[in-house]
Amino acid sequence: MIDILKLRLRHGRQTVAFPRGAPRFPERFRGRPVADPARCGDGCAACADACPTEAILDPGRASMSIDLGRCLFCGDCERSCPPGAVRFTGDHRLAARSREALLVSRDEPVLVAALEERMRRVLGRSLKLRQVSAGGCNGCEAELNATGNIQFDLGRFGVQFVASPRHADGIVVTGPVTDNMRLALRETYEAVPPPRLVIAVGACAISGGVFRGSPVVSDGAEGGLLGVPVDLFVAGCPPHPITVLDGLLRLLGALPAADLNAG
Amino acid sequence: MSGELLETWNGETVEARAVPVLPKERFREAVLGELRAGGRLSALFGRPRASAAGVLVTAVVARDGEGKLALASSVADGAFPSLAAEAPCAQAFERELAEQYGLRPEGHPWLKPLRFEPPRRAVRDAFGRADPGATIPGEYPFYAVEGEEVHEMAVGPVHAGIIEPGHFRFQCHGERVLHLEIVLGYQHRGVEALLEGGPDRRSLALAESIAGDTAVGHALAHVKARESLAGRPPPARATALRGVALELERLANHVGDLAALASDVGFLPTASFCGASRADFLNALAEICGNRFGRGLLAPGGVRFDLDQEAAAALAARVRGAWAKAKAAAGLLFDSPSARARLEGTGTVSRDLALALGLVGPAARASGLDLDVRRDHAFGIYRFVHVPVVLADGGDVLARAWIRLLECERSAAMAADQLETLPEGEVCAPAGGALAKDALVVSLVEGWRGEIAHVAVTDAVGRFARYKIVDPSFHNWLGLAMAMRDGQISDFPLCNKSFDLSYAGHDL
Repeated sequence: MIDILKLRLRHGRQTVAFPRGAPRFPERFRGRPVADPARCGDGCAACADACPTEAILDPGRASMSIDLGRCLFCGDCERSCPPGAVRFTGDHRLAARSREALLVSRDEPVLVAALEERMRRVLGRSLKLRQVSAGGCNGCEAELNATGNIQFDLGRFGVQFVASPRHADGIVVTGPVTDNMRLALRETYEAVPPPRLVIAVGACAISGGVFRGSPVVSDGAEGGLLGVPVDLFVAGCPPHPITVLDGLLRLLGALPAADLNAG
Repeated sequence: MSGELLETWNGETVEARAVPVLPKERFREAVLGELRAGGRLSALFGRPRASAAGVLVTAVVARDGEGKLALASSVADGAFPSLAAEAPCAQAFERELAEQYGLRPEGHPWLKPLRFEPPRRAVRDAFGRADPGATIPGEYPFYAVEGEEVHEMAVGPVHAGIIEPGHFRFQCHGERVLHLEIVLGYQHRGVEALLEGGPDRRSLALAESIAGDTAVGHALAHVKARESLAGRPPPARATALRGVALELERLANHVGDLAALASDVGFLPTASFCGASRADFLNALAEICGNRFGRGLLAPGGVRFDLDQEAAAALAARVRGAWAKAKAAAGLLFDSPSARARLEGTGTVSRDLALALGLVGPAARASGLDLDVRRDHAFGIYRFVHVPVVLADGGDVLARAWIRLLECERSAAMAADQLETLPEGEVCAPAGGALAKDALVVSLVEGWRGEIAHVAVTDAVGRFARYKIVDPSFHNWLGLAMAMRDGQISDFPLCNKSFDLSYAGHDL
């Protein structure tokens, strides 16, 4: 017992300062990318050619943008572009309420809009989620698990992953939704009593990610749960636990609209 | 007998046609002969022949003692004599052949679908299903035990925690588990098919996503295969950094598993502290390459990120410090008699059983099998730096936990030592040429779960005609099922965590 207490002292308080303080990331962390077509060479599409998931749209044109829902944050585009028309910032805020909001170009933050007042009243203080891995590689699953550890401690915000869909207010989908998981995903969703949320975490669940176009997947939660709207998209491959926290807390209206720029 | 097979080494490119094609019976005898002589079945896979009917089935046997690989092929179409009838380690491979190509292994003791993936050629289904492309996991003839008070318990595919999907069917008498049947395939994303026709800009990201907790291990097996095929060896500094990344991945996962085991026996200090310590190793990977799982670090020809001397020294100190903390936290679990008692004698796999099933990695070493790709088929930095192999003989959850603790000790020392003595020079070889044509390479890596095998076969223009992936979990899932026999159903979470296998890696 003494040893346990001594170790407890040695480990100290480990919970991150976020959201009260700004989160800290390694120097090489790749957050939200920025496109600057003014720096593009004539007819150059090297970034788009290097991208494993066709996440760069209209390279070299004024309308150039990057689809965070497809982006793996691998950095291949940045390396392929010495002039710096594509570069990654350290901004960890990568979640949005709509697919369109994940298309980024200029250096502007992506911020999740809070749920409407009525939903927020119901779920704002206590949100229980059922996670369904539908072809996830265990990258997103590992980071979702990490949100519950003593560092990120999701529970302090009243958010919790639960065992039964009957106890849940929504589902969190990871993976491109394989054909072999489509039925189980649908049944889990339907077992959640309405009103219910659908949250897609990671490039696979948003767009199919690196598996996009495989004949045995549905290219994400929208394709895998046809007719069911997705309430929150959290981009990344996998998203950092802080990115997940940020998305969930903004959805619940627990974070101010603009603050904590990781810059 | 061995003269009939082609001898090669880990990561050596050979001409595809140099692999001898033996008649069915001789192929069976040759492979079984290798296994009887101490060989281990690393891979057994099919590929349609380009110019003739039938499927070319190739076996890769690892002769661990000699550091060699032995290859042979045979043409099959319809039925072929099963290896699994004598060598259980071939059971999943043959079920895969049946599912993908409609080949029927005659005498297979457990011929059932493996992943419920659509067949790769239009022939009669080996399992007699009318529409094999439409069946999903679970539509399946489960083994059932009958008798008074015998009951069946079904769990999954969606589990209680944040876990990948799989279905577990227990046959129980009271608390006692008579039999556990594990049905997988829910995670099948078609990775091999997506890699075929490559390499292309997506290949590496796919390799990193075979099993996301083993992004470095699978990426390493992949780039190693490509480097061999292109004749483009990585510089020394890159091999050292790759070794560091592979050991950090091992540390993160092993420490995370120790946390999870502690959590499953309700021992919270280790669960909390090791759970947090795991992040120290993930964050160390992110210091190198920006991603906590080491994604984006490796590239064909080397690595994409370098560390200057100061940063490398700082990271080495960080790794040593993180391990000292994690070790103290894990030690609490092993020092607590009541926690230890829950692990001891639970889920025992005997050495003989581990050998017969062809288990790999910590699960094999916990049952006394002396194998580790880093030593037996040394690659990259491990040719120069030897990481001692750790063994136990209990074969139970305690042994599998203990092995992890000891392996972490070695991994932390190796990673920190390498960071302090990185070889000088570049971290990536100059841009390489095309891949060898009509060639074959077997690329083995000791991932944290055990042997990762990638077999790349190129076509006449140097593209992947077949890309076979064997995640260590593929060998080990049956080990978990057998570990539960005659155990208590309440011990399942503990047993499961002690193996901690990949669903995605199995389902591909």
